[in-house]
Amino acid sequence: MGRKILFITTDQQRYDTLGCNGGTIARTPVMDGVAAAGVRYERAHPQSVVCMPSRSTMLTGQHVSTHGVWMNGVPLPEDAPSVAEVLQDAGYRTAIIGKPHFEPFLDPFARFPENGFARNGNFGPHRGFEHFESATHGAAGPLHYARWLSSTHPEAVGMFYPVLDGSLEVNAMGGGDTGAPQAWVNNIPKDWYHTDWVADRTISWLDSLGADDDWFCWMSFPDPHHPWDPPASEVGRIDWRDVPLVEGYIEDKAERERVIDAKPRHYRAWYDGTLVSNYEAPAKWAPATLTPDQLREVTALNAVECELIDEAIGRVLAAVAQRGWDDDVDIVFTTDHGELGGDFGLLFKGPYHVDGLMRLPLIWRPAPSSSATPSTVTRPVGLVDLAPTFCAIAGLPVPAWMEGKPLPVDDGDADARGFERVLTEWDSDLFGVSVHLRTITREGWVCTTYQPGTAHDGTEGELYDLANDPLQRENRWDDPALAAIRSDLVADLWDHQPPMKSPLPAVQAPV
Amino acid sequence: MYGSLRHEIRIHRSAADVWALAGDATKLHTWFPGIVDCTVDGNMRVITMGTGLPMPEEILLIDQTQRRFQYRITAPMFVHHRGTIDVIELADDECLVVYSTEADPRTMALVIAGGTAGALAELKRQMEAPALAVEGAN
Repeated sequence: MGRKILFITTDQQRYDTLGCNGGTIARTPVMDGVAAAGVRYERAHPQSVVCMPSRSTMLTGQHVSTHGVWMNGVPLPEDAPSVAEVLQDAGYRTAIIGKPHFEPFLDPFARFPENGFARNGNFGPHRGFEHFESATHGAAGPLHYARWLSSTHPEAVGMFYPVLDGSLEVNAMGGGDTGAPQAWVNNIPKDWYHTDWVADRTISWLDSLGADDDWFCWMSFPDPHHPWDPPASEVGRIDWRDVPLVEGYIEDKAERERVIDAKPRHYRAWYDGTLVSNYEAPAKWAPATLTPDQLREVTALNAVECELIDEAIGRVLAAVAQRGWDDDVDIVFTTDHGELGGDFGLLFKGPYHVDGLMRLPLIWRPAPSSSATPSTVTRPVGLVDLAPTFCAIAGLPVPAWMEGKPLPVDDGDADARGFERVLTEWDSDLFGVSVHLRTITREGWVCTTYQPGTAHDGTEGELYDLANDPLQRENRWDDPALAAIRSDLVADLWDHQPPMKSPLPAVQAPV
Repeated sequence: MYGSLRHEIRIHRSAADVWALAGDATKLHTWFPGIVDCTVDGNMRVITMGTGLPMPEEILLIDQTQRRFQYRITAPMFVHHRGTIDVIELADDECLVVYSTEADPRTMALVIAGGTAGALAELKRQMEAPALAVEGAN
């Protein structure tokens, strides 16, 4: 009997939403406790700041350019390598429960297997997961949660925020008390909400296993991704009127716009609503219209969703303990990417490689039986390192096709094994707008270089000093005093950036 | 909002052979993955998608000379749609097939065009398969 792995992901969660990372709004005692007993990473970055590419990196242990899911809507090939398959081949029982999103959701032709399991009344297998039980942000669509809700509680299906509007764009409709975009009063009972469903289904799957089974369970919560529509019964936990504005929000409009104007031009264009470069943000909403109260309400609703996740994790951990497994279970918690969350007056996500989207919560509590020492890692790591970590936990060699390394357990380990840099990339080409970013984070600098696209000529960039400018307000790309640092970072980036898969896989859906 | 997308593919087969299949309104489901059936009545066609959803269409043009097929989806959710399949001769045994999609809402252009990319790949696979018999081919 070996170590079991509980891999917990959320969707679009900021680093600062956990108490152990300094968060003060959501109460997250379960994950704070897990962090205290394990390794907490202070500079974990995704390799893409949108779902499908990032999740594909987690599954494959490969950079985006290598696995080829270069933007949402590009499916991960069915024969792509999978850490779940590696573990299954080694005798692990394997499951993914919750949001997968390796293949597009908008699929009227029913071409993608992910969307067919619930329709056909089965649960995989797929991509090395013997059990594949899926959910997303609401009650629409072909996934298991939607089917379950519509068959058992049909009256609740219409309670969720409509994620898409009548023209199938990401909805800009405001709600809640302040009219904030994607804020919504959802009258669904808490027990029927997808957060509790994911935990319930995880517990059910774990209950089906033998006491001596080794297992890898990816529990994937769809929240706190927008829409911000937690069960109405829970909204009173946090009164948005008492919520402070996030540190990254600049209340003074002139100063806010000065900061944005010093960044590449697509920041300001999106802020003003004149350029929407990606499908993931509402095309009919302009961030410039965001009011402080709207931001407070979004922050509060997001925090409620984080609390519900924390409590759901607590239930699953109790079930694990009840099975007598706790000493042999590794817990890894992270998210696929962050949320702008009001930084610079922006919400949602897009081609903006700043901490709101790139700095992720990442916690690894090694199995207590491994006698690991709790620690904090400040060196840069990436989600590309997760799959190799799972192999290492299972005592398996890391396959050559994985591009990351098993996560370090402390800074000394990180230095010894060369955790110097982490890379993040963005490519999008949608309705005549193309944007291309390559970013390196190394030695306290975040450096982004822009490739030519419809919004950029290829000379633009961003350079931030994380130690002296942790909110990334001063873009120092053009600072002559930093020319050598910038040049070194860009050269290092291109030395380590894998080439894009060729031929470039086609975008097959918006998301 | 309006969207317009295009996919194309080179096929090593004569334009006439490829057109015999791609230009046949009744055979779309045989080479378009995700379309499981189609029925034609005059200039009206109803396709059935993999989800079971029927989609009514109007056939606008079947031009045997230009080898151009045009249709539009008439379902109410579309403010506008036009699909165009062009088979362009490159050599005696090679042609270019272009499948264009215009739609409002534009999201549907992307969804449908994603399907057309797969359809072109399947068309190429079928057309370049050895010993293929194409009904009606020249």
